[in-house]
Amino acid sequence: MENKHSILEMDYIERQERIALKNCGLIDPERIEEYIRYEGYQALAKAILKLGPEGVIEEIEASGLRGRGGAGFPTGRKWRSGYLAKGGEKFIICNADEGDPGAFMDRSILEGDPHSVIEAMTIAGYAIGASKGFIYVRAEYPIAVKRLQIAIDQAHGMGFLGRDIFGSGFEFDIELRLGAGAFVCGEAKALIASIEGKRGMPTPKPPRTNDKGLWGKPTILNNVETFANVPPIIRKGSGWYAGIGSEKSKGTKVFALGGKINRTGLVEIPIGTPLREVIYDIGGGIPDNKKFKAVQTGGPSGGCIPKEHLDVKIDYESLQEIGSMMGSGGMIVMDEDNCMVDIARFFLEFSVEESCGKCTPCREGTKKMLSILDKIASGEGVMEDLDYLQSLGNVIKETSLCGLGKTAPNPVLSTLKYFRDEYEAHVKDKTCPAGVCQALLEYYITEKCIGCGACKRVCPVNCISGEKKQLHTIDPVACIRCGACQEACPVDAIIKR
Amino acid sequence: MIKLTIDGIGVEVEKGTSILDAAKSVAINIPTLCHDDRLKPSGACRICGVEVEGSDELQASCTTPAREGMVIHTRSDRVAAARKQLLELIWEDHPNECLSCQKAGECTLQDLCYDYGVEAEGFAPLKVRTPLDTSNPFYTFDKDKCILCGKCVRVCEELQGESAIHFVQRGHETMISHPFEKGMAFSTCVSCGNCVQVCPTAALMPKTEEKFRVWDIEKKVRTTCSYCGVGCQLDLVIKDNKVVRVDAARDGENEGMLCVKGKFGYSFLNHKDRLTMPLIREGGVFREASWDEALDLVAGRMTEVYDHSGSDAFAAFASARCTNEDNYVLQKMMRGIFKTNNIDHCARL
Repeated sequence: MENKHSILEMDYIERQERIALKNCGLIDPERIEEYIRYEGYQALAKAILKLGPEGVIEEIEASGLRGRGGAGFPTGRKWRSGYLAKGGEKFIICNADEGDPGAFMDRSILEGDPHSVIEAMTIAGYAIGASKGFIYVRAEYPIAVKRLQIAIDQAHGMGFLGRDIFGSGFEFDIELRLGAGAFVCGEAKALIASIEGKRGMPTPKPPRTNDKGLWGKPTILNNVETFANVPPIIRKGSGWYAGIGSEKSKGTKVFALGGKINRTGLVEIPIGTPLREVIYDIGGGIPDNKKFKAVQTGGPSGGCIPKEHLDVKIDYESLQEIGSMMGSGGMIVMDEDNCMVDIARFFLEFSVEESCGKCTPCREGTKKMLSILDKIASGEGVMEDLDYLQSLGNVIKETSLCGLGKTAPNPVLSTLKYFRDEYEAHVKDKTCPAGVCQALLEYYITEKCIGCGACKRVCPVNCISGEKKQLHTIDPVACIRCGACQEACPVDAIIKR
Repeated sequence: MIKLTIDGIGVEVEKGTSILDAAKSVAINIPTLCHDDRLKPSGACRICGVEVEGSDELQASCTTPAREGMVIHTRSDRVAAARKQLLELIWEDHPNECLSCQKAGECTLQDLCYDYGVEAEGFAPLKVRTPLDTSNPFYTFDKDKCILCGKCVRVCEELQGESAIHFVQRGHETMISHPFEKGMAFSTCVSCGNCVQVCPTAALMPKTEEKFRVWDIEKKVRTTCSYCGVGCQLDLVIKDNKVVRVDAARDGENEGMLCVKGKFGYSFLNHKDRLTMPLIREGGVFREASWDEALDLVAGRMTEVYDHSGSDAFAAFASARCTNEDNYVLQKMMRGIFKTNNIDHCARL
């Protein structure tokens, strides 16, 4: 008989559909033989020996695969425009500059199954007529970098890369380029500028990278997870893939489930799975019987989804409709102890730090929004601030140059929409309902106090008074809200309120 | 050709024309901070955003190509409100020093803030003022007044070909700088001043001996630079009958570009020893003369020498500081009139 724990574990695995992650954890990523053992490079063989470039593109189009970096652009359409683009030299780029806080889907694929990305890039190169590919991987992923290089060398040794692949005359090679830690270099044009040796700053579209990308040549740029889906599609056929997922979005998506949830980690689910299923069935719900408050998807570009939208089906359009986005796959669960003003501030702070500084709304506007959130969190906010946040957020969205700026206000706008009462509590009542914003808290000693004096001894500003074995009190004016007393109290008599 | 509508006016432009240029063709002026016709559009300031029907976002008119059937509003309430908010964001980081700023009256930021009703009140002055970079002998750099439009960087890279300056840091900390940040004089800057010429604010200012503002300028005199034969056009900016600044002319062959000499080497014009009329030496002493008298004297003496000693008595040495036309005329005179090939030019040495 199985115990309860293992049944839950079964649920965790069973409800997932592993396509992009299928080899991760199962094969030795540093041995090409193991990848080949699990049908590796068969898709490349099929593409070159059977399908031909047009056939490959038709398969990808028919599969309904969409960009997994977050924007969801149809991959087949992208490849076709690369195929049709005029100009002799073309490039394939793999965007492995994963940067959302708490997201590590791409890292897992790169470290666990690097050959799947290399095989897919080679197929893409064959399809559009490119002979050179670059993987732009962040330098903070040293294991991924190492394993990718091993994989490239092994693929060369086996003849899957290099000249005359499968005797077809097709030539393809892949080089690594390391990112220097700028989040904005995940943006296609900034990434290309970085590969070219320039400062990673986005440039205006048009021209699109499909027409004029790396060194002005047609360039097809896809995310790691998108590529990882390609070999199975080619191998098993587009019909198989299109049978998974929802009507508009086919296949699966990997999410990095984190935050206040029982089972954290990577989950790969068919697109269209209800959010509730991911959080409660796969993730096992919220720890300590706390109440679910919101789930944040899309990282710093996404928004917070409240409990009334828990039954939303996870796909590109539905998430966008409710003010969030699919994003690259971050999924952070929050419970009643999370302050939404604080959460908005956390994500906005990330965008402020990572803005490239080129366009006015993103550079100046996000900073301004952050300063207003700081003001609200410290209890100095006024009601007009909320309206200003809203209007400034909208202006940043509608005027910014690239996706970073266009989405940076989302964490604030979505929390303003769904959790306005929390903002108002901070502004009107000068309280933080979740008890997070330090400036709005008051430490208070209850009747449970036994007068031991432990709190008094640790208080760094000597603001606690009281005789031995008598009820102690805290001077709220002098208190710096460090929380040391609460930790020191042996009977949990000190509360925040 | 593409047909579109801008502010209710039908416009026809060639494919590939930006909305900004399409609007300009029917005399609709869209404000910009980072745009310059000579540079690749950058889309950095976002002030030029316009409403395109059917699009959720405002489109930057400098980088968005006009498309068939577009209906565009450049002055709607939504556009004006967004521009005002962007200007407020820029202004909030800018020193509130218009009273003492030499650029006042010629500052694009000041003009736009006036146009869109940005109030100076309500914004706290910058707490710590970054010291002025005065290391370059010809211009100053005031980091706090920089609005990061990037024109200086692009002029330096795309037109001057120096790439002496660029953006450093990121986000709100972004600034214009150069390797090791030791001051402009320690960069590879050649002091051409073309960045100074395009700066929309007072971030880059020429060092001037005279203190003056735009309304002190009496006149601007269009002239040809006298330093070499290229023929750059420039405007001498005159106050109290003295040259106080040189502006490169956009409509000359130089298209608004100058070198360090043309841009900054003008103080000799105001020097008391500068020759302003011909001098004739008589008995070892110079006396002022008219041009007619001086030229008559030279012509007479040359004819005398020619009659007496013939062609070989003559040689001419031309200067690269004269125009091609002047040099041509000189050799023509030597060959045609004095019948000699004794001609040389400083550029040959």
